[in-house]
Amino acid sequence: MESILEKYSKVDNSEVKIWFKAAMVTDFPENGGACVKYKDKQIAVFNFKRKNSWYACQNLCPHTLEMILSRGMIGDDEGIPKVASPMYKKTFSLETGENLNGDLEAIATYPIKIENNFVYIGFSE
Amino acid sequence: MKTIIVVGNGMVGYKFCEKFIAKTPKTNFKLIVFGNEARPAYDRVHLSAFFENQDAKSLELAPRDWYTKNNIELITNERVSDIHRKSKTITTVSDKQFSYDYLVLATGSTPFVPPIKGIEKDGVFVYRTIEDLEAMLAYAEKIKSINPKGKAAVLGGGLLGLEAAKAVRDMGLEPHVLEFAPKLMPRQLDERSSDMLQNKLESLGITIHLNKATSQILGENGFIAGIEFNNEEKLAVDMLVVSAGIRPCDELAKTCNLETGIRGGVVVNQKMQTSDPEIFAIGEVALYNEMIYGLVAPGYEMADVAVEQILGNEEILMSAKIDMSTKLKLIGVDVASFGDPFVSPDEGHAIVFENKAKGLYKRINVSHDGKSLLGGILVGDAEDYNMLHQIYLNGMTLPENSEDLILGARGEGGASFGSAMDLPDTAQICSCESVSKGSICNSITNGTCNNLKDIVSHTKATTGCGGCKPMVVDLINETLKSLGKEVKENICDHFDYTRQELFGIVKIKKIRTFNKALDVCGKGDGCEICKPLVASIFASIYNDTPNKETSIQDSNDRFLANIQRNGTYSVVPRIPGGEITPEKLIVIGEVGKKYNLYTKITGGQRIDLFGAHLNDLPAIWEELIDAGFESGHAYGKSLRTVKSCVGSAWCRYGMDDSVSFAIKLENRYKGLRSPHKIKGGVSGCIRECAEARGKDFGVIAVDGGYNLYVCGNGGATPKHALLLAEQIDGDMCLKYLDRFLMYYIRTAAPLMRTAAWLDKLEGGIEQLKKIVVEDSLQIAKELEKEMQGLVDAYECEWKQAIENKEIKTRFKHFVNVDDKDDNIAFVPMREQKIPELRQ
Repeated sequence: MESILEKYSKVDNSEVKIWFKAAMVTDFPENGGACVKYKDKQIAVFNFKRKNSWYACQNLCPHTLEMILSRGMIGDDEGIPKVASPMYKKTFSLETGENLNGDLEAIATYPIKIENNFVYIGFSE
Repeated sequence: MKTIIVVGNGMVGYKFCEKFIAKTPKTNFKLIVFGNEARPAYDRVHLSAFFENQDAKSLELAPRDWYTKNNIELITNERVSDIHRKSKTITTVSDKQFSYDYLVLATGSTPFVPPIKGIEKDGVFVYRTIEDLEAMLAYAEKIKSINPKGKAAVLGGGLLGLEAAKAVRDMGLEPHVLEFAPKLMPRQLDERSSDMLQNKLESLGITIHLNKATSQILGENGFIAGIEFNNEEKLAVDMLVVSAGIRPCDELAKTCNLETGIRGGVVVNQKMQTSDPEIFAIGEVALYNEMIYGLVAPGYEMADVAVEQILGNEEILMSAKIDMSTKLKLIGVDVASFGDPFVSPDEGHAIVFENKAKGLYKRINVSHDGKSLLGGILVGDAEDYNMLHQIYLNGMTLPENSEDLILGARGEGGASFGSAMDLPDTAQICSCESVSKGSICNSITNGTCNNLKDIVSHTKATTGCGGCKPMVVDLINETLKSLGKEVKENICDHFDYTRQELFGIVKIKKIRTFNKALDVCGKGDGCEICKPLVASIFASIYNDTPNKETSIQDSNDRFLANIQRNGTYSVVPRIPGGEITPEKLIVIGEVGKKYNLYTKITGGQRIDLFGAHLNDLPAIWEELIDAGFESGHAYGKSLRTVKSCVGSAWCRYGMDDSVSFAIKLENRYKGLRSPHKIKGGVSGCIRECAEARGKDFGVIAVDGGYNLYVCGNGGATPKHALLLAEQIDGDMCLKYLDRFLMYYIRTAAPLMRTAAWLDKLEGGIEQLKKIVVEDSLQIAKELEKEMQGLVDAYECEWKQAIENKEIKTRFKHFVNVDDKDDNIAFVPMREQKIPELRQ
């Protein structure tokens, strides 16, 4: 199962080679998340409507190894935007990917942008 | 730069690394760690938890990249074969060489396997590593496939042996414990407490055999089939787990001529140095004071001393006397032992409290002058352990009536001895992380910390075994109070209110959305604690279904189904009162077949269909709703079922048609959202076949009407429901239930079942009777009206979902394609399927 975790690694803005046009803004729930398929990857996308900001990260929960993070509740931990895994409520920073309430490995985060009402996710390959 | 080689990556070896990097800049030293096992160090103390979740990762003390980040070279799966003291080098089995400035032996121990005839047979295991457990698990599965009533014995009734017995019990085998001594946990318990523990464990299905010396392992073709004892008695078993003590892994030390003890172990001084001053030994391999210490706390202290010594802080030495106190929960039974649990008659005397009916045993050993506590034993309830342990450790003077320590202060004006605040500042509260009372309280008074979370990250207290947590919480709250700060059970960082307060605000200000709630009385973006709580409040006030604002619902409510361990969902249609027609049964069967679902009868008299893909949920429900089913709300904090017996319609003893009444109640309260789930039951006579008194509300038909019981609970802390009203008719019953449920919904804390809520209600059941039956608060009419409003507003949320296109799109796994989640895989189990195990 190691290989499935290795599929996902953090992409910085400077490393983006492809901006993948994922879906319309309105396809995503407000103040919630949904999952995007890109090649063999599953990416969770979150719409923080209250702050007008968007985040993307791996959909894979590193704790349970299930594709569920996009179904988690979002919110903030002292200002840090986060998502809580729906299975055991492990929370992760959507800025750094860091596990905020434990010692799990960080999740991979991806750049995201909105243009003409479409959501784009940045990949390096 | 100097090199330190740590041989061994167990709990103590890891603790050495952690303490080392915390105390010195990484640049001055290079740490190389060798581990025999394939995995980085993990928590052996909670090994039996592995059976509950099969999750090796959650036992890990730190992930592999923690070592990399801290410049520690971790080499696992590689055994160190020789130490060359003259050249200060080591070689490994694969012939690699490394040199060191300091060497730390943390090789731990191996289980001692006594030389019993036949012990080499297949099916005999030891209990130490995750690999041991995996091998046991695989073997147990094999046994169960041949013999579902398979038995497993554990050789050794010590602490670890009883943990192993829990493990085999969790594996589904019938557990037997064999102990040579006349009592369990012979080092920690006296005979009476051992008897008490034995009774408790036997009531949980573990058979205990004391005074048993095993003479041989029986079985043909190299497989274990039984055990023979010295007295020629035999016991048929399919598996044996040996837990007969430990032997230190001191082979490396012996081959390089370090001094070792006669019965093994590397001799160390108070600096944890071996006979070679540049080689240290810590943990279960170290022989200190002529003893091997098999507990974590002394091992951690040894790691700390070795770190300090290597860093040149020579004044930090190992304590002369090692505290062997332990507290643990064995299959839900509290057991604790501290100081000298036995005490000789010339040193002091014992004060013993025993209650066989409740399975309680408490013993304290007090000096003859009655002033100091020498030790003690607790079985059944170890709540007093932390305090007693502290009194013992700090040599505090005892109150005049020292029996108050275990009996509580009695009579009027009884002195309250035993507040955590009475401890001296030097008292060590968290022994795993060596955190004193002073450092906790001072961090609060000097403003560094303001709450438990701050204290945990600042001091690391509670992060080891976690046993000190209640005491740490007490200290924090008491210190905050002494500073004049209010201690409130606030919901979270986003709302500075309790649930009950927020309930009132939402109702008075008519708040209808989470955004509005944040704007009016909260801050930030919310979180996974406040969102579902506010959703539950909206549901309780307006009976909004979860379809209204999906992103604040917990996953189960958002998708109107219960998420299972592989990310698929289960489907539970409502079957009121457990009554169902053959036609409807056929529909459930057909749906199960069509969507390839695992089906099982639930404890609440209905049928659960497991393994549905998110994408399939709307189609499944469409078929169910077409056939006349409704949501069963099995996913919600809401009414689940009202269980019934068959009642007077068929039963020759029935006093009333319990099925009809159960259906009436279930239909009335279906969809009702509450602080936690609610279950009900109706029995047609006092034989109580519906087990109604194990429910949040239970109705039992008697001569002249119904008896109404409330606040019962099954689950982890079973409680019988208490009588609220006697011999009332059906309408009165509904009235009281409306009032009772609505009052609970208004006032309970989040995730608090009715039983726990009643426990907290001042005045208990008598007070509840006054409110519900006598209407002492004059709110009965209001409560009834509110409930009627909710009942009238009921709508099946699954019907809403399938009839509304927009809602339906919620059930797509991907937003941009129609595919299902391809990460989901199943394996066969009996004639059905279950999720594949993740490693």
